Amino acid sequence: MIPEDFTYFAPGSLPEVWDLLRQHPDDAKILAGGQSLIPLMKFRLATPAYLIDLRKVPGLDTLAERDGALVIGAMVREAATEHSQLIQRRYPGIHEASAVVADPLVRNFATIGGNIAHADPANDHPAMLLALRASVVAHGPNGQRTIPLDDFLVDTMETSLAPDEVLTEIHVPQPAPRSGSTYLKLERKVGDYAIAAVGVQITLDGDVCTQAGIGLTNVGPKAVRATQAEMFLTGKQPTEDVIREAARLAAAAAQPVSDLHGPEDYKRAMIRTLTARALREATQRARAGGVSA
Amino acid sequence: MTSEAPIIRGMGHSVKRKEDPRFLRGKGHYIDDFKLPGMLYMDIVRSPYAHARIVNIDASKALALPGVLAVITGKDLDAAGLAWMPTLMSDKQMVLPVDRVVYQSQEVAAVIATERYIAADAITLVEVEYEPLPPVMDPHKATDPDAPLVRPDRDAKTNHIWHWEAGDAARTDEVFQNAEVVVKQDLYIPRIHVCSIETCGCIASYDKIDGKLTVYMTTQAPHAIRTVFSLVSGIPEHKIRIISPDIGGGFGGKVPVYPGYVIATVASLQTGLPVKWIEDRSENLQADSFARDYHISAELAAKKDGTMQALRVKTLADHGAFDAAANPSKFPAGLFSIITGSYDLQAAHVEVDGVYTNKPSGGVAYRCSFRVTEAVHTIERLVDTLALALSLDPADVRMKNFIPPEAFPYKSPTGWEYDSGNYPAALQKAMAKIDYAGLRREQAEKRARGELMGIGISTFTEIVGAGPSHTFDILGIKMFDSCEIRVHPTGSAIVRIGVQTQGQGHETTFAQIVAEELGLPVENITVEHGDTDTAPYGLGTYASRSTPTAGAATAVAARKIRDKAKKIAGHLLEVSPDDLEWQDHKFQVKGAPGRSVTMKDIAFAAYTNFPQDVEAGLEAVDYYDPPNLTFPFGAYICVVDIDRGTGMVKIRRFVAVDDCGNIINPMIVDGQIHGGLTMGMAPALLEAITYDEYGNIQQSNLMDYLLPTAMETPVWETDKTVTPSPHHPLGAKGVGESATVGAPPAIANAVVDALSHLGVTHLDIPITPWKVYQILEAHGAAEA
Repeated sequence: MIPEDFTYFAPGSLPEVWDLLRQHPDDAKILAGGQSLIPLMKFRLATPAYLIDLRKVPGLDTLAERDGALVIGAMVREAATEHSQLIQRRYPGIHEASAVVADPLVRNFATIGGNIAHADPANDHPAMLLALRASVVAHGPNGQRTIPLDDFLVDTMETSLAPDEVLTEIHVPQPAPRSGSTYLKLERKVGDYAIAAVGVQITLDGDVCTQAGIGLTNVGPKAVRATQAEMFLTGKQPTEDVIREAARLAAAAAQPVSDLHGPEDYKRAMIRTLTARALREATQRARAGGVSA
Repeated sequence: MTSEAPIIRGMGHSVKRKEDPRFLRGKGHYIDDFKLPGMLYMDIVRSPYAHARIVNIDASKALALPGVLAVITGKDLDAAGLAWMPTLMSDKQMVLPVDRVVYQSQEVAAVIATERYIAADAITLVEVEYEPLPPVMDPHKATDPDAPLVRPDRDAKTNHIWHWEAGDAARTDEVFQNAEVVVKQDLYIPRIHVCSIETCGCIASYDKIDGKLTVYMTTQAPHAIRTVFSLVSGIPEHKIRIISPDIGGGFGGKVPVYPGYVIATVASLQTGLPVKWIEDRSENLQADSFARDYHISAELAAKKDGTMQALRVKTLADHGAFDAAANPSKFPAGLFSIITGSYDLQAAHVEVDGVYTNKPSGGVAYRCSFRVTEAVHTIERLVDTLALALSLDPADVRMKNFIPPEAFPYKSPTGWEYDSGNYPAALQKAMAKIDYAGLRREQAEKRARGELMGIGISTFTEIVGAGPSHTFDILGIKMFDSCEIRVHPTGSAIVRIGVQTQGQGHETTFAQIVAEELGLPVENITVEHGDTDTAPYGLGTYASRSTPTAGAATAVAARKIRDKAKKIAGHLLEVSPDDLEWQDHKFQVKGAPGRSVTMKDIAFAAYTNFPQDVEAGLEAVDYYDPPNLTFPFGAYICVVDIDRGTGMVKIRRFVAVDDCGNIINPMIVDGQIHGGLTMGMAPALLEAITYDEYGNIQQSNLMDYLLPTAMETPVWETDKTVTPSPHHPLGAKGVGESATVGAPPAIANAVVDALSHLGVTHLDIPITPWKVYQILEAHGAAEA
């Protein structure tokens, strides 16, 4: 439980971060809370020689709606999103995902930015943010670019960030009227990684689904978008039969493997159960008027 | 002369725990809080293989790291005759291996360094060359002719360790041959880990000037450890001092001697400096002794009306690579023969065969009173199996077969004499509290709607308080326990006991016993333990034995003091002691209640104004040899709801009616029950240690080993009946393990009950959601 030697930096600006990344291209890691990285280092599964902590970099703690999107700064702590009135009211799926990350002590330190950039398919935010069609802002010495989350998540613990880029913001499109989101996680013990979890957002026009987002946690090499299920729902009334078929399609999109969290078949079945339940809940939320301003 | 009766708060008072102010304020002193001048640090190189030959150990790179003082290997210890140590079960165990490792994460070498972090870096620099060998992982294959030998050091070239049996085989077979009904069930009680919040550790400190070894150690049995250390090391026993400070949970896992203690001691003997060793969580989970791991095959013979007649049990016990269980010497399978439980059977026969496998030592008595958990799970599951087979209500079957209250003391078919019990009263109380009849009606309605709800009962009998010297010893030391009381001139007292608290609240409850017996206010009584230089010799705290043994010693020692006090009281009141009676916590003249003296008055006189024929002072010692064990019991009822979409089991209600005889501190007993129920729920639903075919442990951290938190814990509803022990001076019985023992079958029975209409008759624990879901899916009962 004692990490290897490392050098710790807490630079005060992004240019300093880029400089450090350039100086240590192969053995530096960005620290954004440490929910995952610190345990990996204590187990000596990760042995970065240099840690670059973002906590003193200004401007990474935005949590506000701006230009049609919710902007979550890379260093916004899970506890902040969990307790934010704005998130609870307009982005209940993000609220529900934040509330099931690890435990309250960890959430006081852990960040959504770190949760996404770590690209662990077992993490809770990637699937929810896929459902919400979020994108991330990557900021490097040559400027910034916006990357859809689908393209940002490449593989297990692999993203499309360039070596000298830093994830600075997450952008979540503001939900249309009559939208409902939810995140449902199945775990045997609080704070555990999910057996499976599903993030859903449904937008209705009248009683017809005009847009559906479904993301799946811990059933593939990265968070999985249930594309077939989303397409099936779009343009239909989310009746019980439609929801069940969408849930079946979502389960078909899952690529789970058997492990301590359960056998493959069970996980696939759980994606079906959870998707159906999440779709019912999100539809109900959307019908109830959805998000308020 | 007259005196007001003082406020005592003795037996039966919920006195707040004296130890809690320091624990709640973070001022407890655990091993890792101690820092001695010049202290060195030890870390341990561990084997990645479950079974391998050690070809070579090259420590040169580690020794080259600045701050590293020594690397100790098995060959070093072998030269001193310390490569092996005895276990408590007449086996021996490697301290460090000379030529082979026999389980994954076994200690291979130790690094001694000036800093903790340097030691951690250095262990990665010790180069060990292994030649992997095929491991024995499945105990069922351990005795196959072609099975690799786990322990070639033994004369007997087999992985079979011992065969043990109890009861009457012929009589049992006879009853089975004539039985109207026989139900049979195989059960596996999985390997689990005590996982106390504080891991194990020690500081060994050898003073080369006066030749004295002091070891601060997380041990539940400091005196026994001192004797073992003296016998193994040759250091005279008066030159060894074991100090067991505040302990963050023991649960049986801190009874054994682990190799780390011995290696740290050798390192201190060599360097003359204190050496600290503290396990991390993964080492604790991977290498320390385990509990349970019993493969049981059980049969119950009965009449068609549900009358239980005989029990026949065969068991395969996986003991890992060393038989290092912490049972009394004559009991390799612990008190497993309590397996006939609360029921009046004609005959029983139980067999256990212990085998070696390439796993860490098993058989720790994890809050289970020496294998009682395994026994209770078996009989309580079988009763339900019988009820299901005969379409009878499991409560009715229990009521029909209970040992009747008037039959005590009751001689069981496996040879135990139960001291006292009233099982129907406890079950009736639990059924009334939870509205059993109402729950059955609700279940029928829900079942008709396709909803899944189950009700499970466990009416267990415990067997605690080892034990009488004619039967119980550990390494030959009889299992008495002790207390020494010294009353100070101003009416306060110090009490020293041979048992060792790990959270049980001894500092409070033992003070209450003395308060009750001597009539001194509980706040004026200090309880000390855990230092072998000051405490009287005792066997330590485990198996719910502290109250039955040292608690009795405390009452008897206090009564010895009271006998002497009576003489002084007569002197003060100028009457014959024969004219005095002990009333309202003071001595008063018979027939003249106005003339009395308190113990405070007497204590002062014991040092200032004592009669000519009486020695000064007021103190006593007692070594108590219990005449029998105590048999606490309980009736637990659990209600579960099952999510048809996920297979998740939710405990909706759990009523626990416990009977531990007379109660010293109801609040502490309630706390014991709450903690015990949570620790009973854990293996029923969450915890298990498993290995892959190569011998890799699959739960080596708290991400994978599902230790329950408050969030997984339902609201426990507790209640009690009181059936005093007839032989204990206070009428008390042990209670520390009742709930851990009694809870798992109540939960398992509830889940089976919820699924019984689908043809389910048994589920092994832990009951995972996927086990349940697969059943639901197979029977078309899963949520669509």
